[in-house]
Amino acid sequence: MSAHADEHFAGSNKLFISIWIWLLVLTGIEVFLAYKPIPIHFMLTILMGLSIIKAALIIAYFMHLKFERLSLVLTVVPMLVTCICLLFVFFPDSFRSAGLRYKFKEQPPVQTETPEP
Amino acid sequence: MSTEARAETFTAADWGGGVLPYRVGHRKLGMWLFIVSDSLTFSALLMGYAYLRASNNWPTPFPFYPSIVFSTVMTFCLLSSSLTMVFGVSASSRGDKAGARKWILATIFFGVSFIVLHLIEWNHLISEGLRPFFLPEHWVKVFTTPDGIPPTPLFGATFFTITGLHMFHVASGAVYLGVIAARVKKLKHEDVEISGLYWHFVDLVWMFVFPLIYILSVDVGGHLAK
Repeated sequence: MSAHADEHFAGSNKLFISIWIWLLVLTGIEVFLAYKPIPIHFMLTILMGLSIIKAALIIAYFMHLKFERLSLVLTVVPMLVTCICLLFVFFPDSFRSAGLRYKFKEQPPVQTETPEP
Repeated sequence: MSTEARAETFTAADWGGGVLPYRVGHRKLGMWLFIVSDSLTFSALLMGYAYLRASNNWPTPFPFYPSIVFSTVMTFCLLSSSLTMVFGVSASSRGDKAGARKWILATIFFGVSFIVLHLIEWNHLISEGLRPFFLPEHWVKVFTTPDGIPPTPLFGATFFTITGLHMFHVASGAVYLGVIAARVKKLKHEDVEISGLYWHFVDLVWMFVFPLIYILSVDVGGHLAK
């Protein structure tokens, strides 16, 4: 086994330490935001945005995908993103089932009128 | 490797096909495909969690201490373990097998710390009375809405399923890395790099589990403490 020039792991330790610091800072922002009075849908959007940035940093630098061939990136990433987006098809149904579950709480059950057998 | 180097000459362009269209070994490609499928497993679980959360009265019970402090330190452990893993792979690419082993052992140390902290955090919740299908009685009292809707007991089910499956991934990753560290002198650099891919993936999943499960369920008003 001789040294392989094309197998050399690209990226310096300095780069990886700066990525690590960025990830810690973004985590710190998330914990800070947890105690701010932000409506839940804004909070969810901000947190998911930060998480996607963190995931992208990990995939690109730690998992080394930035330094791989474009054909590998295009094979792995778009299909994963598409499949995850397709999962959201089910999400609006949760509002419908919330409506079904809690509607009777506003109008008491009608069967109180029926006589006992 | 020389066969792979010769194969390069058959590969005209990225989409020209040939023997090595991705210029990675078949094991590394296999790990990438496994990571894609495992991402979908976690995505589906988190999607199910989001669905249940949006359609139920969801309790937000996590206090700053112990839950948020512990989970933040756990995040720190996982991020640091990823950094030490990168150093290990980098040492291995330079042919420094002893250095690679040292860094991989540091990675296992952080991974095991994560599991220990997580089990302590689980133990706090279990001793409070949280079960997969039951909430502690005082949670039910505090989080019942003014019009009498109780909080859903599915909180425990989603919490233990998602964090438990993640913990299982960390534990099996620690065993995997243990095998790699023990046999690092015999293994090729690519094998070390593949174990690194798996470990970073476990870290990456936590980057979504931590905000969705912990940060969004913080007891901001301190209702449970009152």
